Amino acid sequence: MSRFLFPLIGFVVLLGFLAFGLTLKPSEVPSPLIDKPAPAFTLPQLANPGETFSPDAMKGKVWLMNVWASWCFACLEEHPVIRELTTEHGVPVVGLNYKDIRNEAISWLNRHGDSYLVSVSDTQGRVGIDYGVYGVPETFLIDQTGVIRYKHIGAVTHDAVRDTILPMIRELEK
Amino acid sequence: MNRLWLTLISVLIALPSWANNDPAEVRLQGIAAELRCLVCQNESIAASRADLAVDLRQQIREQIQAGKTDSEIRTYMVERYGDFVLYRPPLKTTTVLLWFGPLLLLVFGLHILAITLKRRRSALADKVLSADDLERAQALLGQIKDPGKQP
Repeated sequence: MSRFLFPLIGFVVLLGFLAFGLTLKPSEVPSPLIDKPAPAFTLPQLANPGETFSPDAMKGKVWLMNVWASWCFACLEEHPVIRELTTEHGVPVVGLNYKDIRNEAISWLNRHGDSYLVSVSDTQGRVGIDYGVYGVPETFLIDQTGVIRYKHIGAVTHDAVRDTILPMIRELEK
Repeated sequence: MNRLWLTLISVLIALPSWANNDPAEVRLQGIAAELRCLVCQNESIAASRADLAVDLRQQIREQIQAGKTDSEIRTYMVERYGDFVLYRPPLKTTTVLLWFGPLLLLVFGLHILAITLKRRRSALADKVLSADDLERAQALLGQIKDPGKQP
């Protein structure tokens, strides 16, 4: 009896591990920056390069920093969701325009609508590296004290907004 | 004459290998070879052609020029991308299974082997006839009338 039972148990356990492995997303690397202060930076504004923006300006607000680029297809996909966040839910979203060409970024916004509070140009991707960005789009949720609370990797979906991002924002705003 | 040309061409082909002889570049390669590229996770930052890997190599290069030590540069990467960037993960409570899991499996396997060998030995021991059984067997054999048909 045990001659078959034990290998069977072993097989089922292995199957369990493999099934669990299928649910993991190896492309989503957890960020060590969660619950750490958002790295400081000062970057020129995309629409108005004479002016700069720094995360300090957002102190006291719960806000999102969305990393986007005109060359990024998934950004186009998530664009309506970003608009929904800003217009319907009143969440301030700052765009970090990552390794983009200024003219192309501006015409992309003209074509698809600009609901960002402000977009800033990270032409060299330096700020991106400080935030541990390794793919575009990525979105950071930052609280009133300037601490990163959550990072969404990849395009933000309606489900992610409804189930994770909005509840977290409302909780932080209390 | 042919030999001269061959030598010249060989030297020319070998020239690019000099490019990395700068000690800073050698250090850069050493550090980058142990960092994982997050875009293409099976490649190191040294080997990858992904944009991010190129940027990160540049970061490492600048930090070497700024006089940072290897471990300071590694810490810089870990602060941004987590332990996942290290091909040699540090020993922590969360990585204990990663470090000692294979050893655990080996011990488990040796245990199974020991049990199997023990079982087999006792099974073989059962097959050896006791003195009584031997006598009985010989008695039974003695009863056979026709000795020609004995096996």
